[in-house]
Amino acid sequence: MTTLTLARAMNEGLRRALEDDPKVLIMGEDVGKLGGVFRITDGLQKDFGESRVVDTPLAESGIVGTAIGLALRGYRPVCEIQFDGFVYPAFNQIVSQLAKMRYRSRGSVALPVVIRIPFGGGIGAVEHHSESPEVLFAHTAGLRVVACSSGPDAFTMIQQAIRTDDPVIFFEPKRRYWDKADVDTTASAADALPLDAARTVAEGTDVTLLAYGPMVKVALAAAAAARQDGRSIEVIDLRSLSPLDMNRISGSVRRTGRCVVTHEAPVSSGLGAEIAARVTEECFYSLEAPVLRVGGFSIPYPPSRLEEHYLPDLDRVLDAIDRTFGY
Amino acid sequence: MPVETGGSSAAHEVIPPPLASAPAAAAGLPPEAGAPEELIQLLTPEGERVDHPDYPLDISASELRGLYRDLVLVRRMDTEAIALQRQGELGIWASLLGQEAAQIGSGRALGPQDMAFPTYREHGVAWCRGVDPLKLLELFRGVSHGGWDPAEHKFHLYTIVIGSQTLHATGYAMGIQRDGATGDGGEAVIAYFGDGATSQGDVNEAFIWASVFNAPVVFFCQNNQWAISEPLERQSRIPLYQRARGFGFPGMRVDGNDVLACLAVTRAALRAAREGQGPTMIEAFTYRMGAHTTTDDPTRYRLAGDLEAWKLRDPVERVKAYLVRSGSADASFFDEIDAEAARLGARLREACRAMPDPAPLSAFEHIYAGPHPVVDAERDAYAAYLDSFDDAGRDGHGAPPSAAGPPGEPGVPRVAQARGTGGFGRTGEAR
Repeated sequence: MTTLTLARAMNEGLRRALEDDPKVLIMGEDVGKLGGVFRITDGLQKDFGESRVVDTPLAESGIVGTAIGLALRGYRPVCEIQFDGFVYPAFNQIVSQLAKMRYRSRGSVALPVVIRIPFGGGIGAVEHHSESPEVLFAHTAGLRVVACSSGPDAFTMIQQAIRTDDPVIFFEPKRRYWDKADVDTTASAADALPLDAARTVAEGTDVTLLAYGPMVKVALAAAAAARQDGRSIEVIDLRSLSPLDMNRISGSVRRTGRCVVTHEAPVSSGLGAEIAARVTEECFYSLEAPVLRVGGFSIPYPPSRLEEHYLPDLDRVLDAIDRTFGY
Repeated sequence: MPVETGGSSAAHEVIPPPLASAPAAAAGLPPEAGAPEELIQLLTPEGERVDHPDYPLDISASELRGLYRDLVLVRRMDTEAIALQRQGELGIWASLLGQEAAQIGSGRALGPQDMAFPTYREHGVAWCRGVDPLKLLELFRGVSHGGWDPAEHKFHLYTIVIGSQTLHATGYAMGIQRDGATGDGGEAVIAYFGDGATSQGDVNEAFIWASVFNAPVVFFCQNNQWAISEPLERQSRIPLYQRARGFGFPGMRVDGNDVLACLAVTRAALRAAREGQGPTMIEAFTYRMGAHTTTDDPTRYRLAGDLEAWKLRDPVERVKAYLVRSGSADASFFDEIDAEAARLGARLREACRAMPDPAPLSAFEHIYAGPHPVVDAERDAYAAYLDSFDDAGRDGHGAPPSAAGPPGEPGVPRVAQARGTGGFGRTGEAR
């Protein structure tokens, strides 16, 4: 075990992937000498060379479009999109090309491309640097969408994503990049929890609280606070946003009878809406209350001096938990 | 040190109006095609062989006859497909009429190891890459999104969103570099796109990527003068091939209706790419003789006179004239090709009409590499739903009212009764 920041755990995971498979490439803006604006790729170009860790021109569509071409040639590119709000210029390449090529080719083409996106707010950034666009990709067939929440998961999940033969949109909780945790960098990604599985990170009996990415830490804090009020909260880190691990989610809700979903993204047409619908279908007779959602408001991400009002925090999550007992 | 001022005549040189007429056009081409020194031509519209100092072409009579055969057969394929669409057998068809030479010339320049990235109109290139034209009909009939294996034919799937494939081509070329597969006998890539696509960000990004990484890719632009209804003037103030210079690689314009020029220039560009000289842009100056697709009506936006003028520059007729003039083919050869074209037409017609709709549950295949809980559950539920009609039919109880209300035929979902034969939405429009 080594104590690493989440950012460093990402870096170690990428390093391992580059070592394990000569076809793995890293592409993006400033990923080379600088090591990325968050230093996730720090030192990788020095160790693996400029043809495997590629500083690209500044055009996101070009990054993803050429990654598709490299994948057609047998490479496994890992693209870094510098910030969440910069992914939209690549939207056509991701949604219309990357996601659909296997289907278009009736299975003769695989595109094992990973697109890493630091997402979410809470770092006092300017516009376009704090968004949570995950549901745009979760809505697109052909993509897998995951979000890590901790250093150990960052280390293994990125390796698993790179080994996946489907395109994976990999969301990284940027405000947790500096959180430290013990990471076993000798751990085998193959033996880790599968990429499409959720993980129960706190067990409980009264309410199922679902979170992913940066909100897992908030959810755990809410569970700890609720415990002082005598309420037992089960916290599940979704990890995989598409597909959802409905077995774990519904299994928990059938036991607790209550479900709260929290994410930074706006609740309207968000992942919580999909979860609420599925939980209602699968757990209708177990539910004591409607599934409640705690998320961003249905507004553009506000200026950072307002983000503490926008981002769901401990109190808003606890408030929703309280409300589920009001039915 | 000179200081740039508003008075500098160079800085204020007036950009010529769009497609300014050149003093002396190349043989048989409109003035905007450019002077002979600007437009590469090896075979005039009258079928006269001319030499170009930079593109010597040694071609045997047998090779010439082969090119003629290609041109005639892909035109026949096109004619047949248009007819099939008119008969309701295809949902839509994007005609290549007029662009046969650009496609056959460039397509035959490719080595078996080279990779091509087409738009949705490269039926002639598909032909050169050994893709059965029936596979193209499948796509336009709505039976598949593209049923061939790109790796087997070294011909990527058709890309319908304008310009997207130029980035795929460039990335593929970067892969060739990483594989060390360049050099003599090495590999190169060709990316096809049209005049309209040159306005797309992706095409410009592909130019930048290819340029800064020196990727072995040839950008083959078929300037057919029209992006559906929008003329070239709406895409560019300068001749398209001149754009390449700004990106840092050579661009040249070729008579796109001259199969020999397209062959020679593409061959040279591919060779340069393999030898590490990086990308080239080729502008094949041609004309879309037909509609954009079978849903389009060009009489609304262009002059009949233009079409008549371009008919005189027909890409097939000039090869025939040259074959006759040079004594490289006799009447029996032309009869033989005509008969082969008729056979191809008949085969495509019959096979297209006989092509069954895919099984409903095949829609759920090949979305992910392995099992997927959502897709699998929806497929199973839909299978059970479809089966419920079979049961109802067998039991003689008719379909459930929710799915097949009166006057539905018992056991058949209403939607299946209402749906006509032949292909996807007729209004589907691609650029």
